[in-house]
Amino acid sequence: MRLVVDLNKCQGYAQCAFLAPDVFAMHGDEALIYNPHAPEEQRERLARAVAACPVQAITADGLDDRGDKRDTGNAGATGDVQEASDGR
Amino acid sequence: MVADYVDWLRREGRIVIVGASLAGLRAAETLRAEGFAGELTLIGDEPYEPYDRPPLSKSVLLGKASPHRTELPHRREIDAKWRLGVPATGLDLSAKRVRLADGDEVEYDRLLIATGVRARPWPKEEEARLDGVCLLRTRDDAADLYQRLKAGPRRVFVIGAGFAGSEVASACRETGIPVTVAERAGAPLVGALGGVIGAVAADLQTENGVDLRTGVTVTSLEGDSVGRVRAVHLSDESVVEADVVVVSLGSVRNTDWLAGSGLGAGPRGIACDAGCRAFDFRGIVTDDVFVAGDVARSPHALFGYQFLSLEHWGNAVAQAETAAHNMICHGADRRPHLWMPAFWSSMFGVNIKSVGVPSMGDQLMITQGSLAERRFVGVYGHQGRVIAAVTFDNTRWLEFYARQIERGAPFPVEYPTVDRRPEGRQPVAADFPDPSLPTHGPTVTLSGYSPADQQLVFHPARH
Amino acid sequence: MTQASLFRRITDFANRADPYPLYEELRKTPVLCEEEGGPYVISSYWDIEALLHDPRISSDAANLAAAGDDALSGPEATGLPPSFIRLDPPEHDRLRRIANSSFGPPHRPRRIENMRGELGEIVTGLIDGFGDARQIDLVDQFAYPFPVTVICRLLGVPREDEPRFRAWVDPIVAGLDPDTRTSAESERTAQEARLQLGMYLNGLVEQRAKEPRDDMLSDLVNSHGPDGAMTTMEVLTTAVLLLIAGHETTVNLITNGMLTLLRHPEVLERLRNDPGLSVRIVEELLRYEPPVQIVPQRTCIADIELRGVTIPKGSHIWLMLAAGNRDPERFKDPERFDPDREDIQHLGFGSGIHSCFGAPLARVEAQIALSELARRLEDPRLVEDPPPYRQNAVLRGPRHLNIAFEGLR
Repeated sequence: MRLVVDLNKCQGYAQCAFLAPDVFAMHGDEALIYNPHAPEEQRERLARAVAACPVQAITADGLDDRGDKRDTGNAGATGDVQEASDGR
Repeated sequence: MVADYVDWLRREGRIVIVGASLAGLRAAETLRAEGFAGELTLIGDEPYEPYDRPPLSKSVLLGKASPHRTELPHRREIDAKWRLGVPATGLDLSAKRVRLADGDEVEYDRLLIATGVRARPWPKEEEARLDGVCLLRTRDDAADLYQRLKAGPRRVFVIGAGFAGSEVASACRETGIPVTVAERAGAPLVGALGGVIGAVAADLQTENGVDLRTGVTVTSLEGDSVGRVRAVHLSDESVVEADVVVVSLGSVRNTDWLAGSGLGAGPRGIACDAGCRAFDFRGIVTDDVFVAGDVARSPHALFGYQFLSLEHWGNAVAQAETAAHNMICHGADRRPHLWMPAFWSSMFGVNIKSVGVPSMGDQLMITQGSLAERRFVGVYGHQGRVIAAVTFDNTRWLEFYARQIERGAPFPVEYPTVDRRPEGRQPVAADFPDPSLPTHGPTVTLSGYSPADQQLVFHPARH
Repeated sequence: MTQASLFRRITDFANRADPYPLYEELRKTPVLCEEEGGPYVISSYWDIEALLHDPRISSDAANLAAAGDDALSGPEATGLPPSFIRLDPPEHDRLRRIANSSFGPPHRPRRIENMRGELGEIVTGLIDGFGDARQIDLVDQFAYPFPVTVICRLLGVPREDEPRFRAWVDPIVAGLDPDTRTSAESERTAQEARLQLGMYLNGLVEQRAKEPRDDMLSDLVNSHGPDGAMTTMEVLTTAVLLLIAGHETTVNLITNGMLTLLRHPEVLERLRNDPGLSVRIVEELLRYEPPVQIVPQRTCIADIELRGVTIPKGSHIWLMLAAGNRDPERFKDPERFDPDREDIQHLGFGSGIHSCFGAPLARVEAQIALSELARRLEDPRLVEDPPPYRQNAVLRGPRHLNIAFEGLR
């Protein structure tokens, strides 16, 4: 997944670096270093980071098609829920 | 009639964007987002789809991102024809055609020029060709430089201590590579932030182990018998052995291809009005040619209506959006590009951000924090007004100062602020170098009041 | 006519269950000062946002006291100096940086991320503990014990000491309430409790200084980064702050969250099928029902001009976060709970240098708590609506939330 951070907006709240530490890292107290190409296995963490950014500075590609990809990425948990709800 | 033309243009017109980087991409997205349904063509000289450049000198050199994987995410589908790897070589304004390097011509109804800038090369061509002499602007440059750094050079030599050069030096130190930085001015970053802040940047470099040489110029690059660079000769007659030399002398605006086109284009960029419409060389605004990004120079009400050239990431985005909007709307709905100049950099773990136009400032006040601690807010004043601000690791206060600039708030800053130190009670001279001398790192260029005063020489079209 | 002032009505306990119509009224006068020398109450989003980044606004307790306030945390009155939430830079920044070095990036980037599994286990244990019950009080049985357990483990405070520190935390939190903080006696009680809590923590801190463990108390007392070490007193004030803020707000976030979801069963159902939706739900909750409704402790150190009103130097400022979060000038359809909204740039964690220190932990806790409650409670519904509320207008949330359900999944 591609991403870009508008570092004019960024104020170093570091929420992304907490929530997706393999994609975002603080460099010193305030500067952000990130990998503009996050591997697929970071999808969930990247989505959390994007949502948590207090200044909404992160733009990422391809997070919105969550439905299908999430199901394959997290088959166990989602499968259980599906079964339970079908059984009601 | 005009309204009809815009309606027609939006429905089935042809829009060509020359320049397929950040500004070009964001303009294309805005055109589609605002309902442009016609034919859209993007022309780019590099064979890559639009990618982001700021990571190239930071996470890429630190090995935390691949130079080949910084493509920009798209905000939406743009359904465009891409002509990548083919530079535009000419423009025929009357026939409304862009000429390409491969001989093709592309017709447009409206044109957006977003060709940006390129790295200023080492002026001595033979020396510039030596193996190990690098530039840093494109992803290919970054890939090459990263490989050279990874190979563990004995010493890297950086020519020019602007932001880009300082970021390279920072990456070298962080990865344990010895580095020498040479700067013509008295300190790093002086062109962008002045001598007071430059002195802080100098301390930051030397404390992090950079061999910083200021007040010197590089006189020549010396190669070995097989054509590899081996040493750098300086104006103080010293010689520094290095096997990688990074030339970081600022940038050149990509306007050569417009020579003879009749547009108001030259070494300082392409002049346009506040609505992003290009001027021709006579200073008359064109109807169908728009400009955005680093290559543009446009007047700004907050800064005395001077024409500003802003090599800023955020400016490229904002101006592209405004230009695209104005390209496909009726006259009354057009918007001016009045973006608050803003940029960032980070080096040696310090976050540097700025708003406004620091280089217009005559005086500087440290309104919060302290230079010695390298955590501070510096406010620049010009003719009794706040004109810019810079922060070192204090970004959360910056938007307050942006509002002060917008309001033309008085300078000096008389009111108390939290974390005001004794050093911040009085303004001091901001200490910018004489603007007529070249420096290595200005990110804002004040380029005069009108296209006419850039003394452009008009070459008649060659076709 | 002597109608109670709008501000008094907001802090009046009778209006705790739904202060939002009052906030709407408040926004009609976005810079409101109802009595001579009283606080300026700021309620529009953009004004709050601007003032949170305004260097003419101080959080320093000393400025507040000098401006004529009670002895809310004057050191001489309490023996325990203010924590960094009540300090300005540079002290605030230094203490917060040191605290952060044991909590988050750049020094401990994975501390919170690595707690996910542990948080999941605590949540599972608490929900399993409902047993065969068909009705629970979510506050007492889940929303309170969960964050308390988490902050105890993170800091290194024995979980079994909770009844002891509870007795001190309650009066401290009550001291933040605008209705009770005017009484000198509740002030004194709060200060005394803060001192007691500090003394209790001092015992643990002394222990950790000798035998460090993998917890934040050990890191705080042994910190020696570029900012130097905290004094023992600074360790104690920081620990008091983190212990209280670490659970008193999260309990409201989780309880307000479940209450809101039970009032919007279609969203609850979606969450049950898609745990990932909890990310957006929590952000929207922070806008729609923020656990901290008001930032009450700021002072201007210069005259400030806002919307044509001059707020004189020395005035107290109350930033009504919850009112700003529903400002129609900022958010479309603000009174609607809508986790799908594109733009949720809320003020739920504040903003600027004092923005919530524990925000990432609170986010993860609330996401796991709500998605697991949604997944495991069979056919949950509210027993009473509105539920009974806590007294506090600043840290606003239900005191009890009785939920009936058909069993556990």
